[in-house]
Amino acid sequence: MSCIETIQAYALRSIGIGERLLPRSDFTLCEQFTLIGSGLIWNIYFGAVALFFGFFLATGVAVARNARSRWIRKPAEWFVFLFRGSPLFIQFFLFYEAFVLLPKVGIDINLGFVEITAETRWLTRAWLGAVIVLFLNTSAYAGEIFHGALRAVPRGEVEAADAYGLTGWRKFRRIIWPTMLRLAWPAYTNEAIFLFHATTLVFFSGFPAWQQKGDALYYAGYFADKTFNPFIPYPILAGYFILLTLAIIAVFGLINRRLNRHLPQEQRRRIRLRLQVIR
Amino acid sequence: MFSFCSDPASLEGTKWLACYLTTGKHMAFYASFGTVMVLLLITAPVALLFGFGGAVAARSPFLPLRWFGKSYTAVVRGVPDIAFFLFFVIALDQAFEYIRHKLKCPDWELPVRQGNDFVVCPEAKLPLSSSPQWVHETYGFFIAVLTFAIVFGAFAANVLHGAMRAVPRAQIETAEAYGMTRRQSFWRILVPQMWLYALPGLSNLWMILIKATPLLFLLGVEDIVYWARELGGAKTSAYAYPHPDWRLWYFLALLVFYLGLTRISEILLGRLSARLSHGRATLGSERQGRTA
Repeated sequence: MSCIETIQAYALRSIGIGERLLPRSDFTLCEQFTLIGSGLIWNIYFGAVALFFGFFLATGVAVARNARSRWIRKPAEWFVFLFRGSPLFIQFFLFYEAFVLLPKVGIDINLGFVEITAETRWLTRAWLGAVIVLFLNTSAYAGEIFHGALRAVPRGEVEAADAYGLTGWRKFRRIIWPTMLRLAWPAYTNEAIFLFHATTLVFFSGFPAWQQKGDALYYAGYFADKTFNPFIPYPILAGYFILLTLAIIAVFGLINRRLNRHLPQEQRRRIRLRLQVIR
Repeated sequence: MFSFCSDPASLEGTKWLACYLTTGKHMAFYASFGTVMVLLLITAPVALLFGFGGAVAARSPFLPLRWFGKSYTAVVRGVPDIAFFLFFVIALDQAFEYIRHKLKCPDWELPVRQGNDFVVCPEAKLPLSSSPQWVHETYGFFIAVLTFAIVFGAFAANVLHGAMRAVPRAQIETAEAYGMTRRQSFWRILVPQMWLYALPGLSNLWMILIKATPLLFLLGVEDIVYWARELGGAKTSAYAYPHPDWRLWYFLALLVFYLGLTRISEILLGRLSARLSHGRATLGSERQGRTA
């Protein structure tokens, strides 16, 4: 097979399109690049979906953690403690086992024009179950970041908002929330990178790879097991992830520029990368 | 364990549970918590040592060494560390076997990589195929510790490098004014002072290290995750203690264990940081005074 044919056969293998059988012997570099790259689709899917929904929950958690009523504050604090204090790996296992034990019934959701049957067995599949775990996890981490930023919002800005007669939701939406985001953004960028790295844990922690549709690390591990040579697939994976990391930094940097566009040039906060590892 | 446990089938309720939780396999499960703690206690200083080496290399005046130090920290930051764990376990094993192969069997003619196989002479095998089980287990654990130390060493190097740069320049200048050599000012001024600046980063790293320990399972060590899966799985009546799928409860127990461990570490590290910044004119000690 030429390299073009390999790409045609395997580029979308991880989502079930193309050749069904994985290559079994005489692995070419092209095959390894294509399949590991194909697995990256899953990593991007997990990361993007969890990050998107997590953003909103994280904002909610941060606000709840700042609430005056302890009935709102305490649950948020417990949520953050639970997900930040335990390994993501254990969370994956725990949720997977819990999802497996759920009764296997479908729930009909009536959307008015069309009826969808949501089945609980979807929860045991990575595309939904793992996303839920990652979503909760990133909400807790980002909630903590946003909480810190919320407390750092300058007093003067809030007082100015009061002076303009802004209250409640409008004050939050127009004054506090943008400043909170601006202050939290460098740390939130790290969290995003960290989350994309954490997506590699999914298929190593309970969630089975259905019909060998796995993520980038799953395929890298597959090649390393078959060839007993870790020196080719893992560096390929590393290369892909470095590219992914750079892409995240670029996208978040653009948003950072927009968030800071009203500030004088030298006051703008540059995104500084700090260490991030497994959660 | 207990005398009434001799016939499990006749037991009921609490007694059954007491006997169930004290079987030999459960004892191995409890011992594996020890494995995790041992891993943490060995890895932390070794990783700190690697990190110190990396940080010193990254600020070395010798260019290749500086490149090495910088790329060591840079690469680990950009790549998911689970990939490193999976990579180093095989790579280190093969590296050790290859070195032993070169030393012990100089007249071995066949190539080491034959297609998909990695073949070394029997004397170079690590551990030797004739060695007892515990040697195999210890070797696996040793590789795991080394892998953890390499990965976390990179992060520690990053923290220590930053801490060394955070020590006020005036301190070093004063040391130079006293006529200290580069080496003397490094060991007597810089190193003792950097710990305060490194502490927040290092305590963060410790928390992350705690949360990385379940990955031992992926490295093939019989750790708590291994036993939780093993013991929790449904047992038919062919076993002495039949039960349905209890993995959920076992993982809940692990969750509680980790939550407790991180909470205790948080409290202890908070105290340590309060003690270290005591009497220092830093923002930390000022803030302390303000909140107290």
